[in-house]
Amino acid sequence: MNERRLLLGNEAIARGLVENGCAIATSYPGTPASEILAAVAYFQKENKLSMHTQWAVNEKIAFEIAYAGCQTGLRTAVSMKQVGLNVASDPLMSAAYMGIKGGFIVISADDPGPHSSQTEQDSRLMAMMARIPVLDPDSPHQTKEMIGMAYAISEEYNTPVMLRPTTRVCHARQDIELDYIPQNGREVKFEKDPTRWAATPRFRFHLHKALEEKLMAVSQHAPTEPLRHNPEATSSKAIISSGVAAAHSREIIKELNLWQQIPFYQVLQPFPLHTQFIEHVINAYEEILVIEETMGVIEMQLADRHRVKGKMTNAVPRVGELYPETIQDIVSQFVGIQSEKLEIPFATGRRPTLCAGCPHRASFFAIKKAVKKGIYTSDIGCYTLGLNLGAVDTVLCMGAAISQACGFYHAYKRQKKRPDIVATIGDSTFFHAGVPALVDAVVQNVRFVLVILDNRTTAMTGSQPTPASGLGPCGEPLEALDIKTLVRGCGVKFCEEGDPYQIKEFTALVKKAVKYSREHGPAVIISRYPCIIDAARKEEKAEYIPVEITEDCDGCGYCIKHFECPALLYHEDEDEKFVSIDRILCTGCGVCLNVCPKGSIVEKK
Amino acid sequence: MVEPVRQQIIISGIGGQGVLFVTRLLAEAAIGKGLPVFTSETHGMAQRGGTVLSHLKVGGFSSPLIRPLQANGLLVLKAENVLQHGAFLKSGGWAVVNGRSDAMPQTNISADTIDADTLAQKIANPKSINLIVLGFALAKAEQTPEHQDSLFCSFEDIKAVLESRFSKNKELLDASLKALHAGFSAEGAE
Ligand code: SF4
Ligand code: SF4
Repeated sequence: MNERRLLLGNEAIARGLVENGCAIATSYPGTPASEILAAVAYFQKENKLSMHTQWAVNEKIAFEIAYAGCQTGLRTAVSMKQVGLNVASDPLMSAAYMGIKGGFIVISADDPGPHSSQTEQDSRLMAMMARIPVLDPDSPHQTKEMIGMAYAISEEYNTPVMLRPTTRVCHARQDIELDYIPQNGREVKFEKDPTRWAATPRFRFHLHKALEEKLMAVSQHAPTEPLRHNPEATSSKAIISSGVAAAHSREIIKELNLWQQIPFYQVLQPFPLHTQFIEHVINAYEEILVIEETMGVIEMQLADRHRVKGKMTNAVPRVGELYPETIQDIVSQFVGIQSEKLEIPFATGRRPTLCAGCPHRASFFAIKKAVKKGIYTSDIGCYTLGLNLGAVDTVLCMGAAISQACGFYHAYKRQKKRPDIVATIGDSTFFHAGVPALVDAVVQNVRFVLVILDNRTTAMTGSQPTPASGLGPCGEPLEALDIKTLVRGCGVKFCEEGDPYQIKEFTALVKKAVKYSREHGPAVIISRYPCIIDAARKEEKAEYIPVEITEDCDGCGYCIKHFECPALLYHEDEDEKFVSIDRILCTGCGVCLNVCPKGSIVEKK
Repeated sequence: MVEPVRQQIIISGIGGQGVLFVTRLLAEAAIGKGLPVFTSETHGMAQRGGTVLSHLKVGGFSSPLIRPLQANGLLVLKAENVLQHGAFLKSGGWAVVNGRSDAMPQTNISADTIDADTLAQKIANPKSINLIVLGFALAKAEQTPEHQDSLFCSFEDIKAVLESRFSKNKELLDASLKALHAGFSAEGAE
């Protein structure tokens, strides 16, 4: 018998890729997809596979690299989170027209909830827009199976195929049977075909026509037909579901003793929905309930409106994750049985905050000291939490800290009073989408300060390397880019580095940059200090400065409000207010020594 | 015919306590017994000090999550979490909670309590609270064999998982087994 291993959904996807001979896998990190590439790299190392794995600078680049790989006949894949697909949508739309040579899978992980994303968008709608087939797995086990199905569809119909897992699939663990990994033996051969690979609009018309024909054929593809799980059930009301919602529904229908009664279908390929299936369900049932995340993609393809219930009829909530208890309610209502409304009380915890000792906190504190009233644009990363410190006013999408700073500058530049503008962006995000925006700021001579928070890693998604790290996903050495050289290369004349832990000097540096920017144009500061979580993981030791709070602390709460280090604890009882240090959380960074206006936080002698 | 195993267990605690490690041990014990297993945990912004919750389902399940009032058992490493996660427990399900019995929050759940924090200090392994509570739960399950919803695995099963996980680290293995045993042979808290 084959080995069974407990695998995360994302690890099962990775396993499916290597078992199906994927030769190039690329990605840009983003929750809930980040573990996919790391796991491919793990299997690559474990089994000494000859393949290329890469963290690309952003999702668009990742997509294009993997796509070119498939143009040479290799099987390849690119993975990302759903908002990453927005960045990669340009090559996606075009690649759909051109098709593939080796199998090509686009893995886009959705985040209903959302648990850690800007939006709850449904990647299946992107697949519809691009006109490519999409598969919707219900479990880690099924993700692995679907990788094989996806490569088969891709190569049979000459099209990229999307796999759309959701957070609950990516982050569940299941016992998975490991199959054999073939050593890749495909020939690498790029065959020139300019009317396809470099098609002009006239040829694009023909490619579009061919694409629609492919989709018609995929909608008859037998291996991905919807599963009819309980042929014995014959009610005139049927339930259709897909993804993890189908996994919840199946269990609930059984537990409500409706399995013998209510026909249950699981859709594997929400787009294109199988034409025969559409005909069958519309003819066979009086009422159809569709349960899916996050938008009504299956629902909108079932044309007969008055029989179909779902998101569009408000039978299923339109926003948020579909928890199993919600599905239990929906199913009970549809069938007309009583069900107790159940909910888990909401956790009242502390709001999320930057870690104790996080260098970002020091940078934000210095920025607020140097620029009391400014506009603070920021970006996607741990440092978004700078909003707790009042140092983040805007967060739009990757890289927008810089372009929004430009927009604010242009909006205010003819006004008498112009606010100072300070943008903050992480190192990985700067590489991802900040560089073109900085070029624009230089050309337009935008007067603002950009603080690049360089903690030498992609911290929020679990410490993946950045282009400045000089490391690949297997830990192999790569070329390391120098941020300062890059900034200077963009044409920025003021670019200085500072250590945010040296908070006095760093505050002075921000002041200097602001002064420069008011008169001359963009000023960039690179705030250098490694992420403490990442440093701890690498067992790098930093200096430990023991701090204590003196008797003089009157509990004014300034440090709590303006610095919010989780290691600073506020106490309040009838006759006393004071602050103490949590010795377990405190990393001894010593930054708070400069925070208390009364000097009550001191170094312990 | 023997009923196939079907168990849903909630493991609840706070960041840093090793909730995920306990979940993993139980899941590997299930795999060792040839049982299908599913686990899910709350991810995302969970940080040190924040609530950590994991769902463990052993047997033929299709959904990775446990619904309210469906859990057969509750393993709670931080007593106050009972208030929030007690809602998962079935009526008649078991609950093993870390804390002194007089410090239990008011709920209608009858829990077996163990003061694992103190025990962990006693065996000089403050990070072993999770294993102590697990050991205690295993003992409770073995003492009530008539309880059909008791645990799917035994002390020996977990011991075997630890032995294979830490086969290269004798020191860690000994410390872990000591903690597991401390919980297993404990009397429970007054
Ligand atoms: S430590 Fe300083 S700032 Fe914080 S509450 Fe005490 S006196 Fe106020
Ligand atoms: S030294 Fe101060 S700022 Fe740094 S972690 Fe400790 S309490 Fe927080």
